[in-house]
Amino acid sequence: MRPLLGLLTLAAAIALFGAACTSGSANATNQTIAIRYSLFETGLVTVPRGVPITFTLQNDDPIEHEWIIGNADVHESHRTGTEPVHSEIPSEVTIPALSTRQTTITFDQPGEYAFICHLPGHEAYGMVGAVQVVASGS
Amino acid sequence: MRALIATLAVITAATVGLLIQQPGFAEACAGLIGSNGNVNLGRTTTLAAYHDGVEHYVTSFEFQGGGGQFGTLIPLPDAPTNVERGGDWTLQRLQIETSPPVAERAFFALGAADEAEVLLEVRIDALDITVLRGGGPDVAAWATEHGFRLSPDAPEVLDFYAQRSPIFLAAVFDGDAAAERGQAIGDGTPVHLTIPTDDPWVPLRILALGKQPGDLVQADVFLLTSDEPTLLPAPSDSLALTHSEPATDPLLDDLRSDTGMGWMPDSAWLTKLEINSAAGDLGYDLAVDTTGNDSPSIVDAGLALPTAVPSDNGSLSALWLAAIALAGLAAVFAIAARLTGARVR
Repeated sequence: MRPLLGLLTLAAAIALFGAACTSGSANATNQTIAIRYSLFETGLVTVPRGVPITFTLQNDDPIEHEWIIGNADVHESHRTGTEPVHSEIPSEVTIPALSTRQTTITFDQPGEYAFICHLPGHEAYGMVGAVQVVASGS
Repeated sequence: MRALIATLAVITAATVGLLIQQPGFAEACAGLIGSNGNVNLGRTTTLAAYHDGVEHYVTSFEFQGGGGQFGTLIPLPDAPTNVERGGDWTLQRLQIETSPPVAERAFFALGAADEAEVLLEVRIDALDITVLRGGGPDVAAWATEHGFRLSPDAPEVLDFYAQRSPIFLAAVFDGDAAAERGQAIGDGTPVHLTIPTDDPWVPLRILALGKQPGDLVQADVFLLTSDEPTLLPAPSDSLALTHSEPATDPLLDDLRSDTGMGWMPDSAWLTKLEINSAAGDLGYDLAVDTTGNDSPSIVDAGLALPTAVPSDNGSLSALWLAAIALAGLAAVFAIAARLTGARVR
């Protein structure tokens, strides 16, 4: 079950974002998303298509959170997923309590992608935000 | 009679606060923390009494069946000096006193950095009790390290309490040990805390911990005070005042005769409040004033943050500074007047 879920989410991530996910690119656009009291303090982020975007995910809470971004299928799979930790897929990040993580993603297609914490009860509590990907220059 | 007592104890998922002879009482209700991502609901019955500056807090943790562990967090107004096994039937006797034997009455319980300082650890039956001192993040870290996953509202709720008192009680129920001891589902383990404090209050918001905003929180809160108390928030539909009378002598006599309850005073005022509130609306605690001043604290009720008011010493210092300054000015004028007078002469 776990390997299948992992493959599905990996495939979805690749399909959505293309490959290019490296940290620390000089061309990256930086976005910081803070978390406090189990809410994303930045609810909507607008980024250009085709440019590496580095997200700094700052968890100010004393409990662990997740930042998982993708389309509806990705989120649906995570709602029933059992992976305890996300560390290998740039669009799926576990952020331990009172810590910060960075991840870099290039969005190849314009559109709006939700980011959600899928730990039990967190989505219902309101841990939902979105990245709006727009054509470069728009 | 015994069956009736047992039935009431099971169907009444109550939080019982008992307080005596004090301006402002309080006490505790429990918030459940889930283990391994699951929120475990269970029933908690609690009695707290305040007498001569000491709060006696008796709560019962019920075995819910199954194995593994589940935990409960209870904010406390101050650090307890003793934790021991509680009396065997005190909680049931209080329920009998104030609850008419209504059938099918459905209560369901409490919805369930730096390191927290462990002040006290006690094992009572299958229950591991730990008293912690720390901020919200410290307590959360302790819970995480001990295998519990806090609900998403926990960071805000723990901060809400830690701003007023850094003391929390964590109770971890070992289901496997309970089963080995032959405890049946619904059997409670009474625990008695002795808490010297000048500032007791009744935590209510913790009842909503882990619940969805629309979930219904139902609980009973019993207060036993020296006189009729003034409450904040004032009773309402969601915090209904259903009993407010002098405690009867038979009740006090019965409570006094249970294990560890010899401190029970000769007279008291018994108040019962029934909470029927959406979890999202339960953003307050209960402040109680029995001084006759009708001034329960808005801070104790959780309706205002503690402010950085100057301490008494600070206020005195400021007064002394002002007095010294005035005295200095007076001395200057006096000297000037003398000098002027000398010249005149």
